[in-house]
Amino acid sequence: MLDIAWVIPLIPAASFFLILLFGKRMPFKGAEIGIFALGLCFAMAVVTNVQWFQRVDDAEHAAHATSGAEATDEHAASDAATTEHATESHADAEGDEATESPSSAAEEHDEGGAAAEGGAAVEESHAGDDAHESDGGEDDHAEAGGAGGGHTEFEVEPVRESITWWSSGGIDFSVGMLLDGPAVMMLFVVTLISLLVHIYSTDYVGGDRRYTHYFAFLSLFSASMLGLIMSENTLQLLTCWELVGLCSFALIGHWWEEKPNSDAALKAFITNRVGDVGLICGVIVLFFGAGQTFDIVTINEMAVSGEISHLVLLVGACSLLAAVMSKSGQFILHTWLPDAMAGPTPVSALIHAATMVVAGIFMVGRLYPVFFQGLSIGVSGVNLLAVIGGVTVIGGAGLAFVQTDIKKVLAYSTVSQLGYMAMALGVGAWTAAFFHLFTHAMFKAGLFLGSGSVAHSVHSFDMKEHMGGMKRFMPKTYWTFVISTGALIGLFPLACFWSKDEILAGAEQLGTGYTAFLVVGLIGAFMTAAYMTRCVYLTFHGEPRGHAADAAHPPHESGPRIVVPLYILSGMAVLAGFTNLPNTGALDFVPDSWALRFEHFYEPKGEYFPSVLDTFSHPEFNIGIAIGSTIIGLLGIGLAAAWYFRGLGPHGLTERNKVARAGHRVLVEKYYLDRLYTDIIVGAVKGPIAKAAYWFNQKGIDGVINGAGTAAVRGGQFVYDKIDQGVVDTIVNGSGAAAEGSGQGLRQMQTGRVQQYAALLFAGAAILAGIFIIVI
Amino acid sequence: MDDLLLNQFLLLGAVLFCLGVYGVLVRRNAVLVLMSIELILNAVNINLIAFGAWRGDVAGSVFALFVIAIAAAEVGVGLAIVLLIYRNRRSVDLDDIAELKG
Repeated sequence: MLDIAWVIPLIPAASFFLILLFGKRMPFKGAEIGIFALGLCFAMAVVTNVQWFQRVDDAEHAAHATSGAEATDEHAASDAATTEHATESHADAEGDEATESPSSAAEEHDEGGAAAEGGAAVEESHAGDDAHESDGGEDDHAEAGGAGGGHTEFEVEPVRESITWWSSGGIDFSVGMLLDGPAVMMLFVVTLISLLVHIYSTDYVGGDRRYTHYFAFLSLFSASMLGLIMSENTLQLLTCWELVGLCSFALIGHWWEEKPNSDAALKAFITNRVGDVGLICGVIVLFFGAGQTFDIVTINEMAVSGEISHLVLLVGACSLLAAVMSKSGQFILHTWLPDAMAGPTPVSALIHAATMVVAGIFMVGRLYPVFFQGLSIGVSGVNLLAVIGGVTVIGGAGLAFVQTDIKKVLAYSTVSQLGYMAMALGVGAWTAAFFHLFTHAMFKAGLFLGSGSVAHSVHSFDMKEHMGGMKRFMPKTYWTFVISTGALIGLFPLACFWSKDEILAGAEQLGTGYTAFLVVGLIGAFMTAAYMTRCVYLTFHGEPRGHAADAAHPPHESGPRIVVPLYILSGMAVLAGFTNLPNTGALDFVPDSWALRFEHFYEPKGEYFPSVLDTFSHPEFNIGIAIGSTIIGLLGIGLAAAWYFRGLGPHGLTERNKVARAGHRVLVEKYYLDRLYTDIIVGAVKGPIAKAAYWFNQKGIDGVINGAGTAAVRGGQFVYDKIDQGVVDTIVNGSGAAAEGSGQGLRQMQTGRVQQYAALLFAGAAILAGIFIIVI
Repeated sequence: MDDLLLNQFLLLGAVLFCLGVYGVLVRRNAVLVLMSIELILNAVNINLIAFGAWRGDVAGSVFALFVIAIAAAEVGVGLAIVLLIYRNRRSVDLDDIAELKG
């Protein structure tokens, strides 16, 4: 299955074409093709995950064995330790086998969601046994890596397949797949969210005039994202990246008849183009930096080993950062993301949870050595990626406070959470970032689908005008929304508690200037708690307003196709955090077979990942930070609850106080960024610069062009007159005339009188005879 | 056959040939032209036979026989053409028949 995982992106791609061609003629207008394709993909992704776990464990065994063998030669002491560990763990495994099986099954449920099969559970319990050994052998591990010393050294070999797409100038442009931890993890996330979104959409956009078209693009969206995460080289990554952008454009502008929607689609597309330029530059820089190759593994290896100079990596990383900023909604190119709410809600869920916006984060994680070395993450006090992430955390969260549109609150929340991921990558906590990506995908999809469920019922997204008191009409939506909100805030023991703490611990651990990001993270956590409480209050509590209070059409709970995905996602929001339980610090009682599963299976192991460097470290669980962030989160909830539920605090401050009003205005105006872009930058380009360009165009360039044109015309005229008409035509006409003249002359000889011919014949014969006689 | 006798035969052939050529070139009547061609051919026949007799070789006579046979065929075809021309044009005057003029 691992070897043929490359068919997974092809299935939705095929489904795209099938839906376009036959969708309208199908009984469910093409939706069934998409759902079937994604269901198949999801099943394959689960199988791929299970097999990947096996592969990781097999590699672990192998590494253990070789390191033991080497140890016999060199380190007798460590040898003894190894054997001891082995026997010990063996005994443990036997002892634990029976007791651990059920708990491991629960763990698998967590990994595989609703699709956990019995077989998978058994497999997971095997994985449980191995954890002892792997942990025991950690010392030997480093030795094995060091002793190998070869160029391409994988502790866990990624599955790589590639074929040559085309060749040009001696360079092979290949297309293929690189299947390792992060790719396998993303396969699961993307297919799961996409499948749920497909099912949800059958109800949500049911009866839409472009229903078939919508499902076709959902399929293509999934296909391009799956292609992106499995990309084997940067060129393929770039291609899929653009495809993702295209699909988001098509889906955000799904209801393009209304101007704001098509504007939002254009804005998303154009903002992304800005970053795409960075991506193209980065790909080219890395291509030449790594000795003319697009291969991701090669680039990463060379970056880790320092074969690519630091300057090249720095330039490459900065170029790629532009792409991350636009695609993953990092400050200051995040402005398209809230506008992208113009699309149908399931699309927002897909964009924000699984596909579009995580593409940037994934790309950083994919080319992590480039960033790690290029930005000197391990050694410097502060770096660009972490700063961008940190600013985004606070900036996004601040904007979420003033939104009245429920989806925009969630959109800014996504911006803020993506900031966390970028910050985590910036402080060297790779696993924390991807873990947060994983958990965030689950609960953010749940939140978006939940908000869609509410909006489906009241036909509006405006929390202040048309919602309030929805709790009593939609209890199922309410509870799933609250669970997902809790997960987002990071309440123990929900998903984000674990992932956010890991990020904060990562920021704390690296020290030397990175501590600032710990503070940023904590402030972000506080703000997240507050604005989500506000959102829940405005939507579900208080008195119904507007459409929600419409007695003739009271709001109602959504149907099963909407509610069931919500159940699944809120279930994941509860469980996802347990996939990476730490077992250090205050939590060292956690059994090894439970702990750090996510890191164990999904972090790349090998010399194409900076974990082989000394400067790379994994954060340890810090009880102080965990309790601190929880208290801060509760404080945020408490303050917001006091403000909204109890009506405490200085309400109406923005009317009375000038400073508060100014602050509020800045937030409402989104830090004036849109103004900056549309009025100042675009205005400047449209106004004087465009005029100057026009003048230069008319006078300068047009002069040259017209001059060239005139000169060409004159030259042509000369050639025509003198050479063509004079020389060439004379020759041509002359030959014609000569032929005609000679023909006319010869014509006279052909009288048609046979006797004359005979006379000539005889005359000729006589002359010949005369010559004959004379000569002989 | 001695050289003197051969010369007389050759003279006869030459005179006949010249008469034939003259007839071919100047006669207007197509039938007479055909007859003149016969004269030319027979002049050649005389030459062939004379040289064959002079050399004591029958090949000359054989060739003369061939020429006679072919001349008979030629006259057959020629007279047929002349007859058709006459039927079409009521005339066998060669000066009138100049359709091949360029």
